[in-house]
Amino acid sequence: MRRRVIFSNTLLPYVLLAPQLLVTLVFFYWPALQAIYQSVLLQDPFGLRTRFVWFENFQLLFADPLYLGSARVTAVFSVAVASLSMGIALLFAVMADRKIRGARIYRTLLMWPYAVAPAVAASLWLFIFHPDIGFLGRLLNQAGLAWDYKLNGTQALLLVILAASWKQVSYNFLFFLAGLQAIPRSVIEAASMDAGPGRTFRSIVFPLLSPTTFFLLVVNLVYAFFDTFGVIHATTGGGPAKATETLIYKVYVDGVMNLDLGGSSAQSVILMAIVIALTAVQFRFIERKVHY
Amino acid sequence: MAAPRRRDPWIPHLVLCLGVVVFAFPIYFALIGSTHDAASIATGRMSLLPGPHGAETYWQALTSGMGSRVTGTPVRTLLVNSLIMALTVAVGKIAISIVSAYAVAFFSFPGRMFFFWMIFVTLMLPVEVRIIPTYKVVTDLGMINTFAGLTIPLIASATATLLFRQVFLTIPDELVEAAKIDGAGAMRFFWSVVLPLSRTNIAALFVILFIYGWNQYLWPLLITTDRSMETIVIGIVKMIGTSDAQTDWNLIMATAVLAMIPPVAVVVFMQHWFVKGLVEAEK
Repeated sequence: MRRRVIFSNTLLPYVLLAPQLLVTLVFFYWPALQAIYQSVLLQDPFGLRTRFVWFENFQLLFADPLYLGSARVTAVFSVAVASLSMGIALLFAVMADRKIRGARIYRTLLMWPYAVAPAVAASLWLFIFHPDIGFLGRLLNQAGLAWDYKLNGTQALLLVILAASWKQVSYNFLFFLAGLQAIPRSVIEAASMDAGPGRTFRSIVFPLLSPTTFFLLVVNLVYAFFDTFGVIHATTGGGPAKATETLIYKVYVDGVMNLDLGGSSAQSVILMAIVIALTAVQFRFIERKVHY
Repeated sequence: MAAPRRRDPWIPHLVLCLGVVVFAFPIYFALIGSTHDAASIATGRMSLLPGPHGAETYWQALTSGMGSRVTGTPVRTLLVNSLIMALTVAVGKIAISIVSAYAVAFFSFPGRMFFFWMIFVTLMLPVEVRIIPTYKVVTDLGMINTFAGLTIPLIASATATLLFRQVFLTIPDELVEAAKIDGAGAMRFFWSVVLPLSRTNIAALFVILFIYGWNQYLWPLLITTDRSMETIVIGIVKMIGTSDAQTDWNLIMATAVLAMIPPVAVVVFMQHWFVKGLVEAEK
C-alpha cells in the first residue's frame, strides 16, 4: 500500500531505517548465513581444520538415532502442550463468554500466568512435584506410584508438559475469548432456538472460531518448539536418558556443551526451515480467510 | 436481548473457579514455601499454612542470595539486571521500530519495499534458531557480560514495525497535507502528530515487550558468564542446581515470587493495554 501524500526527503528515510537495519544485518542475517555456511562444513575436534562436506552433516543427523529420538520427543511434547493448553483455554473461554457475574474478575485471575517466565513456571511445578519434598510428589509416592521425574522418562516428560501448558493457557484463553466475542450474538441466539448448547457449539461456534484456533495452533507449536527451552533447562536438563531433549535443547547441548559446530548449525538450519514453513502456512491461511 | 436472569447458571462459575484455583495453586505453594525454613521443607512435611520465617527469608534472598547450601548473587542485583534488560529491550524495540515504520509509510525512496521485506523476514529467525552464530558475533564484538550484548541483539522487531506501519496507514492523507501546508517538515510531523496518535499502541506494545524482555532465558544464559550480570530468571535456575532435597527451597521460592511480581503487576495493572497489545501484535 502506498500513500498519496508523502514527504520528499531523500536522505532522512535511510537514516530512520538505519538502526533497525543495522541490528538486523549484524544479529540476524549474518548469524543466519553463518549457520547455513557452518552446516556444510566439518570441523575436526580441535578446531584446526575445516573442510567442506556438502550435506554430510544433515545426512549424519537424519541417520542419528539420538536426533530422531529428539525429533520424536519434540513432536510428542509440542502436540501435547498445544492440545492441552488450547483445550483447557477453550473451555474457560466458552464459560467466561457467558453473561455471568464477575466475568471480568475471572478474566484477570486467569490471564496473569502469561507474565510468568517459562523457567520460573517450571521451578514452581518442580517444587510441587519434587519426589522428596514436593507436596504432590510425595503424595504420589505414598500412594505407591514410584514418582521420580529424575529416573522415569515418561514422568519427566509429563512434568515439562504440565509446566509448559500451565503458562500457555492464559494466552490461548485471551485469544479464544476475543474470538468468541467477535461472533455476532444474533447468530448464536438463532442457533440456540433450534439446538441445544452442545450442538450450537459444535455446528456454529467452533467452525466460526476456526481462524483463531488455527492461528493459535501455529503460535503454540512455535512456543513449544522454542520458548520452552527454559522449562526443560530448569527441570530435567533434557534427561533422564534424553527423554525430554527437544530439538532446541539438542542444538544447545551440541553447540554449547559439546562444541560440535557443524552438527549444531545443521540442526539450526532445520529449525529455521520449520519456522519459515510454519510462518508461511500461517500467512497463507490468514490471507485466504478459510473460515467460511 | 433477554431480560437479565435472576440467577447465574452454576456450571460456568464452577469451571472458572476451579480454573482459577488450579492456576493459583503453584503460586500458593511458592508463597508458603518461602515462609518456612529450609530444614522443615527438606523433611518433606511442610505445613500447608504460612510459616513464621517469611520476612527473614525474603530479606536474606534480597541482600545476600545465600543460604547454607545455595550461593548466589543477591536477588536485589538480579532484579536490577532484569529491569534494565526488560526496559532496554521494550524501549529499544519500540524506538527503532516506530522510526523504521515511519520511513516505510511516509516516504518514497529507492529500496523501500526491499528494506521492508528485509525487516519482515526476521520474523522467521527467532533468536533460538541462530543462537550459536549470534553468540559468536557477540563474542567477537566483545559484548559478553555487557548490557549491550544482552539487549541489542534482541531489539530488532518485525512485529512492532508491522504494527506501527498498520497504524500509520490509518492516518489520513489530509492530515499530512495540512501539516505540509503549515510548513511542518517530516520530523516535526513525526513529533507533533504521529507520536501522539500512536500513544495507545506504544503503551500496548510496551506491556508485551517488557514481559518478553523480562522472561528471556536462553540468550542471557549464554551471554552472562559473570554471575553479577545474571537476570533473575537465570538466577533461580542456577540456585536450583542439582535440585536435591538439600537445596534451600525457601530461598528459591522467595526468589521465584520476587521474579514474578514485576511482570505480573505490569499485566494486571495495565490489563487494558495488555489485551489490546497481545491481540494486535499477533495480527
